[in-house]
Parts: sequence; C-alpha cells; structure tokens
Amino acid sequence: MNNTIRLFLIALLTVGFLTSDAHAQDVLVRNATVLTVTNGTLQNTDILIRDGIIAQIGSGLRAPRGAEDVDATGKFVMPGIIDAHAHIALSSVNEGTSPVTAEVSMEDVTNPYSLGIYRASAGGVTVSHIMHGSANVIGGQNETIKHRWGATDPDDIRFDGAPRTIKFALGENPTRVHGRRASGGSGAIVPATRMGVEQVLRSAFENGKRYMEAWDAYNAEASTNPRAVPPVWNERLEVMADILRGEILIHCHSYRADEIVMLTRVLGDYGVDRITFQHANEAFKVAPELAEFGAHASVFSDWWSYKFEVYYSTSYNAAILMRNGVVTSINSDSAELNRHLYHEAAKSQRYGGLTDDEALSMITINPAIQLGIQDRVGSIEIGKDGDIAIFEGHPLSIYTIPVLTYVDGVKVFDRENDADDMRVDVDPSAEVGQYEGQVTGRDHMHSHEEVADLMSFFQSVADVDLPHAHTVND
Amino acid sequence: MNLFMTLVLALTTFLPQQAQQQDDKARQGTYAITNARIETVANGTIENGTVVIEGDRIIAVGENVAIPESARVIDGSGLHIYPGMIDSGTSLGLTEVGSVAETNDTREIGDINPHMDALTAVNPNAIAIPVTRVSGVTTVIAEPSGGLLPGTAAMINLFGYTAEQMTAGAKSVIVQFPAEPSGDRPWWAQEGPDRRQERYRNNMAKLNEVFDRAVLYNQIVSAYEADPTGKERPVYAPEMDALRPVLSGEVSLMVKVNAADDIVKAIAWVQEREFPNVVFSGVNEGWRVADRLAEAGIPVLVGPILATPTRSSDRYDRAYANAGLLSEAGVSVALRSGESENVRQLPFNAGFAATYGMGKEAALRAVTLGPAEIFGIDADYGSIEVGKKANLFVSDGDPFETSTNILALFIDGFNVPIDSRHLDLYQEFLNRDEGRLQPVEILPADN
Repeated sequence: MNNTIRLFLIALLTVGFLTSDAHAQDVLVRNATVLTVTNGTLQNTDILIRDGIIAQIGSGLRAPRGAEDVDATGKFVMPGIIDAHAHIALSSVNEGTSPVTAEVSMEDVTNPYSLGIYRASAGGVTVSHIMHGSANVIGGQNETIKHRWGATDPDDIRFDGAPRTIKFALGENPTRVHGRRASGGSGAIVPATRMGVEQVLRSAFENGKRYMEAWDAYNAEASTNPRAVPPVWNERLEVMADILRGEILIHCHSYRADEIVMLTRVLGDYGVDRITFQHANEAFKVAPELAEFGAHASVFSDWWSYKFEVYYSTSYNAAILMRNGVVTSINSDSAELNRHLYHEAAKSQRYGGLTDDEALSMITINPAIQLGIQDRVGSIEIGKDGDIAIFEGHPLSIYTIPVLTYVDGVKVFDRENDADDMRVDVDPSAEVGQYEGQVTGRDHMHSHEEVADLMSFFQSVADVDLPHAHTVND
Repeated sequence: MNLFMTLVLALTTFLPQQAQQQDDKARQGTYAITNARIETVANGTIENGTVVIEGDRIIAVGENVAIPESARVIDGSGLHIYPGMIDSGTSLGLTEVGSVAETNDTREIGDINPHMDALTAVNPNAIAIPVTRVSGVTTVIAEPSGGLLPGTAAMINLFGYTAEQMTAGAKSVIVQFPAEPSGDRPWWAQEGPDRRQERYRNNMAKLNEVFDRAVLYNQIVSAYEADPTGKERPVYAPEMDALRPVLSGEVSLMVKVNAADDIVKAIAWVQEREFPNVVFSGVNEGWRVADRLAEAGIPVLVGPILATPTRSSDRYDRAYANAGLLSEAGVSVALRSGESENVRQLPFNAGFAATYGMGKEAALRAVTLGPAEIFGIDADYGSIEVGKKANLFVSDGDPFETSTNILALFIDGFNVPIDSRHLDLYQEFLNRDEGRLQPVEILPADN
C-alpha cells in the first residue's frame, strides 16, 4: 500500500473516531430556569450532562474537563420536545396497495439527510415518531428517531431500545383509498365503510391469532417430534402476532368518536391494551371510554374542517382529554408545525386553561409514554438522556425563541452560530438557491391528508405549478 | 377554574345588564367600557380610560369622558381594549369543509375571472366565522383563488346576516402573477423544464393580453359613455368591465407573487402598466428584494408567517422574519394568515412576526391600522378613535399571547357573544356524563 493511501486511511479512521466520540458529550448548563415537567420548575439551576446522560441537577455544579459550558442565565431549559406523529426523514410513506400491510416498515426508508430533522431541532424537537401513512387500515411499522443532525447512516438516528410501533388508520382515508378505488367501480375493495374497516381489523387479528397459535403448537411439538412440520412463514401475520404478544404499540389514525370506540372494542376482544389514537379529533366525545380503556390520544392543537370527519371537532379537545384523565400529546404531522410544537402546546392554555406543566407534558413526557420511551426521555431527571432545549423566554409564550438544542449532550442547533444553509446533502448539479415555495401546516392538512399520500405533499412543497385537487393557500 | 367558567364569570360580572336579558343576541346600543387599558394603535396607549360606543360607532375615547346615562357600563378594570384585528388574506366564508367540493366556492371555471365577486359567495353563517371572531379577528379579506385572475376579493366584517351587513367596503381584484420556473425538473415533476417555461411564457402573454384588452375596452366604453350619439353600443364583456375600476384606481389590484425574481418582474410589470392602486400579496421572499419594494412604494400583504423557508439553503426562520425585514426596509406591511377555518391563527402569526424582528407595535399595526390604510378604509377601521366603527375587543392581556382570553367583542357596534361551536362542544363534553347515574359498559363483541 502506498504511503499516501495509508495516510488517507489513517485520516479517515481518525475522523471516524472523533465523530463517534462527539456522540457522547459532556455539557454543563448553568443558572437556568429548568422546566423539569415531572418535578416542577427549578430556578437558578445547573444541569450537567455526562456522556450524553443527565448526571446532575443542582446549583454550583462544576464542569468536568473538556465539558461544554453554557451560561443559561435568564434562559429556560426544558426536556427535548417529542413529536409523536411526524413524516420527516422518510423517503416514502404509504404502501397504499392493500388494506393490511403490516409487514412494511419505515425502518427501511429512514433518511438521515432530511433537512426536516434540522428544522425540527431548531424548534427544540429532539425525538420524532416517523410514521407510515394512513392509506391502509393496518399500515406499516413506524420508527422512532433522535434528531442526530449530521449523521449519514440511517442506523445512527434510530432511537435504540424504543419499542416497535405500527400505524393503523380508520375512517375516510382507508375507505377512500380502497373502497372508492376506481371511483367505487370494479377496482374497489373492502373497506368502503366504517363497517368494512372493523371487519378488516377483525380478520387481521383473527388470522394473526391463529398463526401465532399454529406456531406455538408447532414449537411445542417440535421439542419432542423432530418431524413436526412448521406453519408457512408469513411476515404480515408475524407482525400481527407480535401485536397480540404486546410487543408492538398501536398508533391509530382516527377521527370520529364511534370508530375510536370500535377499535377499543376489537382490541379488548383480542387482549391488546396499548393503543394511542392519533389525530383523534373527536376523542373528546368519548374521553371517559378512553380513560377507562387506558387508551392514549395524540392530537392537533386546533386543526379542523379540512375534511368532513373533522368538521364537528373543537380546539378544546386536548384540554377535555387531559381533564378526563387521558394521557394526551400534541403532535405536528407536518414539517412546519413540528418547528413550533411549544406554541401548539401553548394553545391549550387559550383553549381550556391548562397549566404550564400540563401544557408542557403534552409535548414531552406524554408522547414519551405513548412511544414507550418515558424511562429515557420526556423530562429533566438524573439518568435520562441529555436531550434538552434551551429557550429565550418561557417556551409557552408567543415571544419565546428556541436558541440551543442538544441530543444526547450533542449540540444539534445553535441559533447564534449555525450557518444559514444547514444541508448535509447537496446535489452538486442542482441550481444554487432554487425557489421551492414555503410550506405551512395548512398545505399539509389540505393536500397530503386529503389524498393520504405524502407524494402529493412533496409536490405541493416544491412544484407550485402542478395542479392540485383543489387550490390551497395560494 | 376552567376557561368556560372564567368566561361565564367574567361576562356575568362585567356585563350585568346583558346577563339579565338571558339571551345570546348580538345587540347594538350604547356601551361604555371603563377603566381599561386602551391600545388605540393610532394614538398610543391610554393606561386607564373609557371607550363609549353608540350604534355602530365609537363616540368617545379617553381618560376622562362623559358616560351617557343610557350606556351599559362594562367595568374593564385590569382588562385591555384593542381594535378588532384584520386578516389581509383568507378564504373564510367561501369554504366550509376543505375536502368536500360542494362546500367550496373559491374557484370558478376559467382563468380570467375578475368579475367573480367573493362577497357574493361568502356564507354569513359559516361555522368558522364565530370560531374566528372570538379570537379578536373582526374583519378579513375573503379571496377567490385559482387561475390567472381568480376574482375579486372582499373585505368583510365577521358579523352579519347578509353581504350588505358584512361588507367592510374594500374590494380588490386578484392577479396570480405567473411564477417563472427555475432550475432542473424536480424528480416528482411531471413536466420537463421546456414545457414549464412554455407554459410560463403563455401565461405572461395571456396576462398582458387581458390588460391590453381591458385598456382598449375601457377607452371604447368610456367614449361611448361620454357621448353615445352615432356610436354602436359596445358589447358587454363582464371580465373587462370588472377591470375598469382597477384601471381607474378605484379598486386595488392585488398581485399574488412570492419568489424574489418574480417580485422584481411584478414590480416592473405594474410600473410599466401604471396601475394606480396596487398591493402585493404572499411575498414569501419579499425580504430578498425589500429595498426594491420600498423604492416602488408598493404595500405588501405578507403571510402566512408560520411557514418553512422558501429554499432549502435558507436560514430556518426566514418566513418568521420576512415581515419584520420588509417593515424595517420601509415597506408598508399588513399580515395575512392564508387560512380558511383557522383564521384564528392570525394573532399567532403576528406574534411570530413580532418575535422574529418586527416588534410588537409594528406587528399590531400590521393587523389593524396597516391593512385599513392599505385598503383605504382607515376612516372607518383599524384603530380606536372617535368616529370609527366600533370593531374592538376586550381581553385579559396581549391578544398575541396564547394564554390570553378574549372576553368581549364588538363588531359594527354589536356586542357579539363569545360563543362558537368549539366552545359549545367544550361546554357539552368537558364533563360529559355528569348527569348520568350509571356508567355505560362497552358492548361485548357478539352484540
């Protein structure tokens, strides 16, 4: 090997070493107002993050050698925000070809180059639940990621140890995608109604149960009979069986109160008890039933009326659910709303008078519970991950500004020092600074949500001269 | 204590006579709101003052004003009075449910529709109207959309039962300025760059032809009107007729334009054609050419503010900062939410603009007196001054703050109840089963 190549390889290895080391950082944040969420508000408090974990919370803490020192006097520190419903960092979203596609997974399409990761972290968001679309009654499995901006390997942004989750969808989206395929003509298949949606669910669960029982029987027999014949492997039914075993948490796109109760009924029949209803605009109508079942809700702050099944909804949804004892989070479902989830949560103070801690819990510890990662993130406690967001001004004020965001003790956003252009992946052949148009939450609700297909969302983002189903925004 | 109870208490304590009437009807009358902090917008802040309303007008404002004997007195101690907010770009009232085509009246067939009048299609009873006004937004521009000239936008007040009762006077003919495609074809685009360029050039040519014809039509019709003798009466062309007041400046031309290059072209276009009364709307990249806009003296309706940057290479907060940068450059700025059912986001859009460089005072102006001046209705709207329309609200704080509650609302002098479907559902479902003796079991599967 010639010397130049050798030196180059050594340099590469060194870079690799330094880079991996940077993922376990030490940070001392001094003299902040700390919004712990689970343990009240601490004034003039220091937080020490060592090796990416919150090691100490107190006053007069000393920085270990080499630790980053952050003077947070006059600033607010809160746990990194968690978005329980996002579609950033994905290269595709909807396997809209069958009412049940449990076998597909967002794990295979995770894209660490997505600028949405950086932009979300500029809003204090450190964890996103990136989800399959809502075309199918049982869609694909989702992925929980950490906003480790700069990573280039999809595996480097996964939230290690987060439970598996899967997307379900009820109501207008699956009935339109499948039941009104070819305008309800010969291409249409079940479900076209909410009745059909229930039966798709029941069949999938029953087949999964029988599959699981067949394998259990085989495994029992195989221990004594080497000639036992295994059942035919079926990835889709494997996933259904894992749901039945409680190994996969369900996150179900839903709107109407009746369909929400329907799913709790089906799950009750199959002994599945971990469910978060996503969007759930009418969850407030059945809040006592959700509390009784132990179901959670992840809702919009105030989106409504973009389709018929959200016409009879209210911006007081989150407050009613919280007051009825339902674990509730506020999510974005949008590459714009996820940049100001602190503001979305703050609206629950106008719409229902929630306290500061209640409002903040809906973007921190509550979504953490819904994703099964509450032992790791969602509050500022010793032993939890060093995921924090620092704000100028109280994060629930309209005048707040997120200024610093850390993931595992690594700075991923710095308002003062970041470059304007924070892309990691730039197409060298692309025209410099091409106008792409701005995206609002409204674009998302009115185009993506409507066709249950993120493809059209991309189109609305960047290609304003493509025709839309109906004109949104401008 | 929950918000609803707070509202009920607040209303019953400071509107005693209203409460005694036991009805929800919006009523005009003589009202005096006393001891409140008054944000006049036109003349600074009165820390402890009174506003007197009679009929549809404000008849007195100040620290020491005589309260008419007939006035219903509202004790505004510890509360704030603001002029009703104005949203300079919405489709409120034109659409009810986004995905249900039958409930959408924003887009007419064809490309050239200046004669399509938004005021005609606004549904005074749209559910979203009360949902909006209880946030303190009392007045909005309702816009048609789609095509090159989508129609005529209308300024409406958010209370009334007919178009005549709702109109706030101003109208504006919309031009969707063609956007020149740039760069390579994105991977999802169906058309190549040549086809998109061709379509752009065709649209530009069509736009110019429309206005060339409008000028000619105006000359012919004006000549006929001046002296019809011996002339054949010109054929009626409704779309050309609708452009006559734009040429005279009686009605403004609202040019929708966003990308920096397109804004520059649009400035040249309106100057070349010498339109007397022009505003630009959208203006996402206005900050890039703020000096050009300032120099041209063209007011802008900016928004939505809560949006991503227009380019991947741009700083993450550009959309938040756009209005402030334009304002700083000396451009006259009003804000728009671009919303339909969620126009109640306007104060939050203004709050973000304020935070990211515009400042509270300029942001408040951009949703009150600013748009009133731009649309020439500042004699009636936009500030708390004697003689203006009584469009105002009473709050327990800064209306941009999410924790603030709007406690009372006046539109055209009507004391409009703080009520909406969203509040009604809250009231019904917060403690849904409190009247029920036995809990209900979920049905077993075989039932």
